[in-house]
Amino acid sequence: MANFTLKVNGTTHQVEVEDDTPLLWVLRDQLNLVGTKFSCGIAQCGACTVHVNGNATFSCVTPVSSIGNSEVTTIEGLSKEGNHPVQKAWEEVDVAQCGYCQAGQIMNAAAFLEQNPTPTLEEIDNAMNRNICRCGTYHKIREAVALAAKSK
Amino acid sequence: MKTQTGTSRRDFLKIAGTTAGGLVIGFNWFSCDSPKMEVLSIEQVLAQAKSFNSFLSISPTGDVVIYSPNPELGQNIKTSFPMVVAEELEADWEKVRVVQANLDPQKYERQLTGGSGAMPHSWERLRKAGATAKFLLVTAAAQTWNVPVTEITVSKGMIRHEGSGKKGHFGEFVDLASTLSAPEEVTLKDKKDFTIIGTPIKNVDAKDMYTGKPMYGLDFHREGMYYAMIQRAPFGMKISNVEDSAARGVLGVTNVVTFGSSVAVVGTSTWPLMKAKKLLKISYEPDGIVESTTDHDKLFADLLATGKADVKRKDGDVASAFKSAAKIVTAEYQCPFLAHSPMEPENFFAHVQADKVELVGPTQTPDRARQETARLLGIPPENVSVEITRLGGGFGRRLRADYVIEAVEVSRAIQAPVKVTWSREDELTGGAYRPAVRYRFEAALDAAGTLIGYKLRGVGMNAGNTTRETNFPSGAVDHVLIESIDHASSITTNAWRAPITNFLAYAEQSFLDEVALAVGKDPVDFRLELLSRAKTNPVGALGYDVDRMIGVVKMAKEKSNWGKNSSVKQGFSVYFSHKSYVAQVADIEVSGGIPTLKKITAVTDCGLVVNPTGANHQVRGGIVDGMGHAMYTNLTFEAGVPKQRNFDTYRLIRLKEVPEIETHFVDSGFDPTGLGEPALPPTGGAIANAIFAATGRRLRSQPFIEQKEFSDIQLQIKRA
Repeated sequence: MANFTLKVNGTTHQVEVEDDTPLLWVLRDQLNLVGTKFSCGIAQCGACTVHVNGNATFSCVTPVSSIGNSEVTTIEGLSKEGNHPVQKAWEEVDVAQCGYCQAGQIMNAAAFLEQNPTPTLEEIDNAMNRNICRCGTYHKIREAVALAAKSK
Repeated sequence: MKTQTGTSRRDFLKIAGTTAGGLVIGFNWFSCDSPKMEVLSIEQVLAQAKSFNSFLSISPTGDVVIYSPNPELGQNIKTSFPMVVAEELEADWEKVRVVQANLDPQKYERQLTGGSGAMPHSWERLRKAGATAKFLLVTAAAQTWNVPVTEITVSKGMIRHEGSGKKGHFGEFVDLASTLSAPEEVTLKDKKDFTIIGTPIKNVDAKDMYTGKPMYGLDFHREGMYYAMIQRAPFGMKISNVEDSAARGVLGVTNVVTFGSSVAVVGTSTWPLMKAKKLLKISYEPDGIVESTTDHDKLFADLLATGKADVKRKDGDVASAFKSAAKIVTAEYQCPFLAHSPMEPENFFAHVQADKVELVGPTQTPDRARQETARLLGIPPENVSVEITRLGGGFGRRLRADYVIEAVEVSRAIQAPVKVTWSREDELTGGAYRPAVRYRFEAALDAAGTLIGYKLRGVGMNAGNTTRETNFPSGAVDHVLIESIDHASSITTNAWRAPITNFLAYAEQSFLDEVALAVGKDPVDFRLELLSRAKTNPVGALGYDVDRMIGVVKMAKEKSNWGKNSSVKQGFSVYFSHKSYVAQVADIEVSGGIPTLKKITAVTDCGLVVNPTGANHQVRGGIVDGMGHAMYTNLTFEAGVPKQRNFDTYRLIRLKEVPEIETHFVDSGFDPTGLGEPALPPTGGAIANAIFAATGRRLRSQPFIEQKEFSDIQLQIKRA
């Protein structure tokens, strides 16, 4: 066991876990931030996507010991009122079916648009291809990312 | 439309007697437009709401609480059910709060998600629930104002009497209304007057989903609960020895529990359990037949040739028809096992106590979870409570209660509350799959190219009836023989979105394409010719409405510009399942020898469309699901263990692999039927038929990308 000081959503947290513990399980089991989802555990589906220093990161394969002083942002901290342009676009387009993958989709889209505010549709496709939606809401995901890009 | 409510006065009083009374918080309805209006929490609303029936409570503030009893897994029932209640109530949708009801068989008749059956089952019940409450509110208003009931109008939660100029919101009348007797019959609205049904109401859980609120089973937490993960035996094996000292040595592991052929590691958080599970040394011994995919391939061949089959349908004299045929077409089609792979892996919370059991989690069949728990523990079912969380997908996997019972077993063993979580590897290797099936089709045609004989023989691994004997083309052919063989396998199976038809439709619609082309007929005209026969002079019992099927075929032909653009190669498919009709056309363009899938056009007749956004979602999602599994996904076995263990090898369709999907709905005037499944079955056939039209390659097995016929086809997928 080791002590780690983590900066998550602007707040500093102390946790005591094994140093190989993935950030995902620190968020979910230690900090009770369960908006970040577990699905594959091997960086294949994107349900666990968070921002580490603004970069979309698969938290399921990111050991807590690798975080250091980095700023972690989860879906709970993306905006105070749930009104980040990407969240608003997701509501406007009514993207979700079961909804389980959508927090990861939103976090991936938000980081992508931060780095590429005026993407082409092809760039949207390339960026969002790393997140799986088993319900098949892909058309709406494309639409919502494009809308968020326009409204930013 | 007048309809019996089915509510006796005594029933109503019983329901009213359970009403939560209490504090009325000061609230001025007419300040609603003020931007500073305080929005009450759901707890505040419920504390003062009066119950009108199982679906509906209304608070003196005018807030309307609608209970949604069926598990929500993405089919949008939690939005569409309340829309139906609110429509008949004439509620203001802005004032509607939706609450997921927990399991309560006393209040709800069909609290499950499966078979696309919720809406057809509940449509009239929901309407009556809304209409009954509206009647009581109107009666209360008429009594209060001393005016005739017939002069009162209701709109958007407001009750008005034009003559006197009096008006009031629902909340002002709930106290009186909830003391009145429920009417024996109520008048339902004319469909043309609907203002909520048929509009694109947004998902009621949207905000919570997009801000990461805890709402799924995996998010559930109880102070002091333990976590557990389970190692299950390979299919056909049982445990002979467990060596768990290394697992017990992992920091955070508190216990290791063996039950049946499973070993559970228990601890205080999830990650140590994932590590500990890998340290378990479990020896297994055969407990039945240990199977591999190569064994299944041989079994399919043997059983199709000589297996004893159940005759599911026999019309006319098939032997004579085939003897007299001018042409015979034969083909075999095969599909693999598939996992359901919902994004939220299986999980459940259980707390077994001396006199009761508390269950919380994602289930499509809460009552089954309760009954199986009661049976295991030998207690009355009433002592088991089930809280239904939102489900991160289901696809049929959560119709079973196996993962609920595991949680109960572990909680019983450790005498503490526990949440059992499956890893993705557990989910893909842990069973209850879509069964592997192989079909042989034979068609006899006369000299005019008319289908005179049709034989279908299906073999499935724990598949039950592999056929749908009353479905098309039954009814359209004089001589039919449909047979099914169910082979008992040690690999567990379960309903998988559109059970059986998820593959049968592809096989049948591909085969009909082969038959049409063999006699030089246009595949759509060939189907219409058959349907015309089924309409004018049907043979035997039919499970489908011929006119509705013709309706979607004709509209799909029109909307897809079938056959009108020679540079576009098209594939057609149509299927009836779960009371709905869906026709699809896939468009492939070939340029420089490279085929590109550009579009799928879908025409659906599901009766009245309750929510256009939800309906579009279900059709597009069904098509993406059908396409993904037809194209890419395989699950194979080696000595009772699946070889594909996670999404790196178990390939699911991704965003860049979906083409444009254009949806249309037939305005058939029928009451709504389900849509969670019916759009999936036709998709594989439409794509396979388009691939044949474009390349001359006939794909008779799934997944397509693993077939040798497909190996040199560089199919591109274009987003319009």
